[in-house]
Amino acid sequence: MKILQSLFEKPWLAQAGEAVMPQTSGLMPQRIALRFFLAAVSVLFFLFIITFLSRSQYPDFVPLAGQPWQPFTDSGQLWINSAILLLASLAMQWGVYSSARGQLNASLVALILALLFTVAFMLAQFMVWQQLMALGYYVGSNPANSFYYLLTAIHALHLFGGLLVLLAVIYRFFRSAALPRLHNSLALCASYWHYLLVLWMILFLLLTSRSETYAAIAALCGF
Amino acid sequence: MAHIAIADQVSDLHDPDTFITKYIWSQDHKVIAIQYGCTAIFVGLVALVLSGMMRLQLGFPDAFDFINPSAYLQFVTMHGMIMVIYLLTALLLGGFGNYLIPLMIGARDMVFPYLNMLSYWTYLLAVLVLLASFFVPGGSTGAGWTLYPPQAILQGTPGYDWGIILMLVSLAIFIVAFTMGGLNYVTTVLQARTHGMTLMRMPLTIWGIFTATVLGLLAFPALLVSAIMMLLDKTIGTSFFMPAILSMGEQLDYSGGSPILFQHLFWFFGHPEVYIVALPAFGMVSDVLAVHARKNIFGYRMMVWAIVAIGGLSFIVWAHHMYVSGMNPAFGFFFATTTLIIAVPTAIKVYNWVLTLWRGNIHLTVPMLFAIGFIFTFTHGGLTGLFLGNVVVDLPLSDTYFVVAHFHMVMGVSPVMVLFAAIYHWYPLMTGRMFNKTLGQWHFWLTFLGTYAIYLPMHYLGFLGVPRRYYAMSGTDFIPDSAQALNASITVSAIIVGVVQILFIINVIWSLRYGRKAHKNPWCATSLEWQTPDLPPKHGNWGAQLPRVYRWAYDFSVPNAKHDFIPQNFSQDEVEWLDESGRHKGIGE
Repeated sequence: MKILQSLFEKPWLAQAGEAVMPQTSGLMPQRIALRFFLAAVSVLFFLFIITFLSRSQYPDFVPLAGQPWQPFTDSGQLWINSAILLLASLAMQWGVYSSARGQLNASLVALILALLFTVAFMLAQFMVWQQLMALGYYVGSNPANSFYYLLTAIHALHLFGGLLVLLAVIYRFFRSAALPRLHNSLALCASYWHYLLVLWMILFLLLTSRSETYAAIAALCGF
Repeated sequence: MAHIAIADQVSDLHDPDTFITKYIWSQDHKVIAIQYGCTAIFVGLVALVLSGMMRLQLGFPDAFDFINPSAYLQFVTMHGMIMVIYLLTALLLGGFGNYLIPLMIGARDMVFPYLNMLSYWTYLLAVLVLLASFFVPGGSTGAGWTLYPPQAILQGTPGYDWGIILMLVSLAIFIVAFTMGGLNYVTTVLQARTHGMTLMRMPLTIWGIFTATVLGLLAFPALLVSAIMMLLDKTIGTSFFMPAILSMGEQLDYSGGSPILFQHLFWFFGHPEVYIVALPAFGMVSDVLAVHARKNIFGYRMMVWAIVAIGGLSFIVWAHHMYVSGMNPAFGFFFATTTLIIAVPTAIKVYNWVLTLWRGNIHLTVPMLFAIGFIFTFTHGGLTGLFLGNVVVDLPLSDTYFVVAHFHMVMGVSPVMVLFAAIYHWYPLMTGRMFNKTLGQWHFWLTFLGTYAIYLPMHYLGFLGVPRRYYAMSGTDFIPDSAQALNASITVSAIIVGVVQILFIINVIWSLRYGRKAHKNPWCATSLEWQTPDLPPKHGNWGAQLPRVYRWAYDFSVPNAKHDFIPQNFSQDEVEWLDESGRHKGIGE
């Protein structure tokens, strides 16, 4: 960790040293900003998850999986949704790969695919909501339901924010901006998509576990 | 691609040419800083008036018809929330962070100027939503600034309907604004420093702002989580925080939620928030002290380490706000220990400030007066923090005026002292004019002594057991009548201190036009912000070439140097030296 090493410098001795450009990490500023943003998002979801685990230990909490009649005991639909999001992520990666090789058209196709898959994922998630409501699992009827709706909604909101950025990038394609800059923006978008995919898998795992799993994790955390 | 903030050619910048792009939709960090500053000071004055009205009720109960119990609770709540979030956080980071980061590290602007502009306008929206809550049916929320459920959203609490909803929405918007600004500040500090500006050559102001911003980025999500979940509890009837509850004789639809969960989330944000406010203040006061004592800051490295250590520790002390909440008592031991540990780096900082003054060439300028005042108020507030950090001492003192006195000294008066020091110190830079010294000195002495007249007696009220947030204390046996006399005197002092701030406002506005024109670098400071070609700095800050940095920011009174300070951008060849007998030796070594 360079930043930690530099904390041991003695600036009062190094007087009149050379005025060279300080050693920054060599990353684009946008990449640094994205990392800090993802750190903030991670804290956000970490706290949601901790809150969820803590709340899961109260007697009124009925998990969404476990017994045969509970909706996510068979989580096939959610696996399909996950596959759609995975495809979106892969399409993004393909877009980055093509733009690195200067293939603008392939890159554009990949971006549009990523866009479509992402929208499809959000629609599919919405369908799961409708199924839950049809089964009588409303937002307020149980904390497990509330958390399911809340966490999927916040995740979708983050995807939506990503979509807006992606649309801006595609718009720039049509305005034919410089290719290296496009490539950089795409690489950042791809990182964000991969992050949201991993985040969704964690949420998926968490929201469809059984009460014994919650009890075990909560015991480990000391709740 | 060379980035605008570190572009070496000023031609890369697009000079704003219309009034609107220059002063309203401006992307210049200096204009945004001043927009942030003016908005924050405006809401701060609103909050000051609210506190005056609270004091009127406490000092002279039932003398004022318009202050009923509901209104009183609303004043308490809005005063606290505005002061902590919308004034201190916004002014220290949005105002001074924006103004000083690019200038002190030698950048032309923030790395993402557009995002920076968006951050201000989003902040303004948050302020407007908050102020709107005064005018909705039921008025603003009166839940106390901590907004604890279940009472915050239940009938019986003032503003339980629209007030609390607007408060939570406004907080969420503020967090979005802060995140946009915060990403800018950290990235700019990490990526846009000029030639030779290593991390350890940065002034402590930048270290304080940088660390506080990182804290903010990691702590504000906790407030966002609690705001979102409480909003859902209120609007669509989830039970995240709401337990099964009887209200007005009726069983409500809630069941099984945990109010303690909210407290944990709130304070996981709330305690780092104390340091989000304190760390920039620590940094700025260090620089003001060093400049006006003409001495290098004592223990620069230790100061940096202390800032980083305090930042880290601030995440593991939150539950010391919750000793009486009914949480597991074993937690109390852990959190008391971490709380006392955090006093170590904090004490190091206080010692280093005092040692910076020791045998310094102290100039009692107005900023210096405020900076020295800060050392007093902060030490007092910090010491009472040690009392409250211990579980057994905290239990009887909890929710009394002792707590009110403690946090106002440490987190109200102290950062405000630094803010005044900073405003007076950097006023010539921001406006190109000097403020009126006499008015400034009156402002300092009346404020400094006045705040002691307010908060010192409050400690005593706390020992008597006078509870905080109560509208009236009449008919309570354990509180003697003398407490009422004390309360009246506190109110009188508070009104005086409040009115004295008019001196400050007059000074700022009057000097803007009629103040003496400032010399370049009027305080003979070493840091980069005073080395711009223009005073105040123009768009792009640095003229044709970025400055080059050859030394740290604290080369004051260097032995054998002709002048008592060497700016950061002076190479060894540019410094004038004297020989042993004190005669001019020439330039260079």
